[in-house]
Amino acid sequence: MSGAEKIQVKVTEITPLNELVTRFRFERVDGGQLPTFSGGAHTVVEMQDGGITRLNPYSLMSDPFEQSSYTISVRRDDQGRGGSLFMHRQVKLGDEMTISYPVNLFSLDLRARKHLFLAGGIGITPFLAQIKQLDVLHGQWELHYACRNQALASYADELAERHPHETHIYYDDQKQAIDLKGLLNGQPLGTHVYVCGPKGMIDWVCNTAQAQGWPADCIHYEEFLAPQPGKPFEVHLKASGKTVYVGEHESLLEAIEREGVDAPYLCRGGACGQCETVVLDHEGNFVHRDHWLTDEEKAAGKKIMPCVSRFEGKSLVLDR
Amino acid sequence: MSKFEFPKSIASRPVWGTLEFRSGEHHLMIAEAEGAEAVLDIATPDLMAKTHIIYIPRGTDYADKLRALTPAQFYEGPSYGAALPRIRRVLEDAHMGLQVYLTGTEGMMGQAMNEAMAVGLPHTAIQTEHRGSTARRMQCVHCKGITEDVEVDPFVCSHCGLNLFVRDHYSRRHAAYQGVRVDAEDHGNVPEPKGIYE
Ligand code: FES
Repeated sequence: MSGAEKIQVKVTEITPLNELVTRFRFERVDGGQLPTFSGGAHTVVEMQDGGITRLNPYSLMSDPFEQSSYTISVRRDDQGRGGSLFMHRQVKLGDEMTISYPVNLFSLDLRARKHLFLAGGIGITPFLAQIKQLDVLHGQWELHYACRNQALASYADELAERHPHETHIYYDDQKQAIDLKGLLNGQPLGTHVYVCGPKGMIDWVCNTAQAQGWPADCIHYEEFLAPQPGKPFEVHLKASGKTVYVGEHESLLEAIEREGVDAPYLCRGGACGQCETVVLDHEGNFVHRDHWLTDEEKAAGKKIMPCVSRFEGKSLVLDR
Repeated sequence: MSKFEFPKSIASRPVWGTLEFRSGEHHLMIAEAEGAEAVLDIATPDLMAKTHIIYIPRGTDYADKLRALTPAQFYEGPSYGAALPRIRRVLEDAHMGLQVYLTGTEGMMGQAMNEAMAVGLPHTAIQTEHRGSTARRMQCVHCKGITEDVEVDPFVCSHCGLNLFVRDHYSRRHAAYQGVRVDAEDHGNVPEPKGIYE
């Protein structure tokens, strides 16, 4: 069985925070304790949506040392593939669900002397857990959180109240913007920067920090890519002797799983590298969308990350 | 001749690089002896306008040439130990974006690297270039004492007096190679010392 180990949980609280974001609390069905985790970890939530099994990663936002329950916050994405809509519309109090053990691809670098957090919108969630972790460790941190407007600023009030000196909130509709250059320039040596939010923001922060001479090892980001729809294509899985049709709205990984072939994965968002698959033969073009393979590897066409990447062309043979 | 090609060795042995310009708001260059040549090699007026040079001559005389680059700040210290408080102060006050360049002997680079790491810079972000003497800073694995500037193998530990064999085994924490008793099994059977790279 691929992916991290599974945990059976019950939904014990559903709290709408605003027009777009709802928080869910999970507790173990057997009443036992959940594993502790480290701030920045996510869990993959399984959703049985009609005939489709959806597996979506969500950052754990609860206290990493709290073992009685986990909480996640889900932003409704009306244009998305349906995972968030399922969470918002189908999931009811008391429902039993399957989630994965926590996996952390966005952990704090504890060698840092200071942690600088930059969040955009729902990108705030991993920082909520990291802040709780740093509270216990007495770590030094500072948060800069950009939101569309006050109504959609999930957890902004709580943060500002509990950590008035560390929290800085910016509202787009009030034309407030992070003075990124100045902010980065003023950080003491040994600061690490972490960014989670929309792609544009991640690129902006990473590029600016790099241009200002920040070492690559001090720049951390988390972006889960959702698989994008694309032209259907066919793939031959040599090791399992199966030919699989990948539909427009499913990912290559989902199609492989649908045919009962066990394929490795962890993040399902192009970030962890776990699903890396060897390409044995191909005639056509890859649509590489992951953050894992290097540009050279992408150009070489010998590997693909089936959780987010696709293929367009005549034939594709994978070692799976 | 200030450059030396170190022979290939075990994975523990540090690999030094070649200094190159990296963008950043501030630059700290620590040059020991012939290391000054590596600074002269990459100096440009733009870079120097944002650079603090700390020069430890150890018998060389590059001070005038370095001053002529008109760096933002220039300091000359008689020894690494004498320059250390200044190095610590600069690192303590520095902001992210500072680029650190170390050039000179392995012993100096290793120790200065530890200072930069102590304030939270990842070692991967610190540039180094070996120049000048190939003498090593050695730690005696028996008494833990450090002997500086070891040129021959075997050598006598300056603390406990044992005859030590110069290993390529390196400790980043101590910024030193490890010296192990050469006549441990057969006391007194000490080979004739020769240059480490002979
Ligand atoms: S599952 Fe993580 S990169 Fe594909």
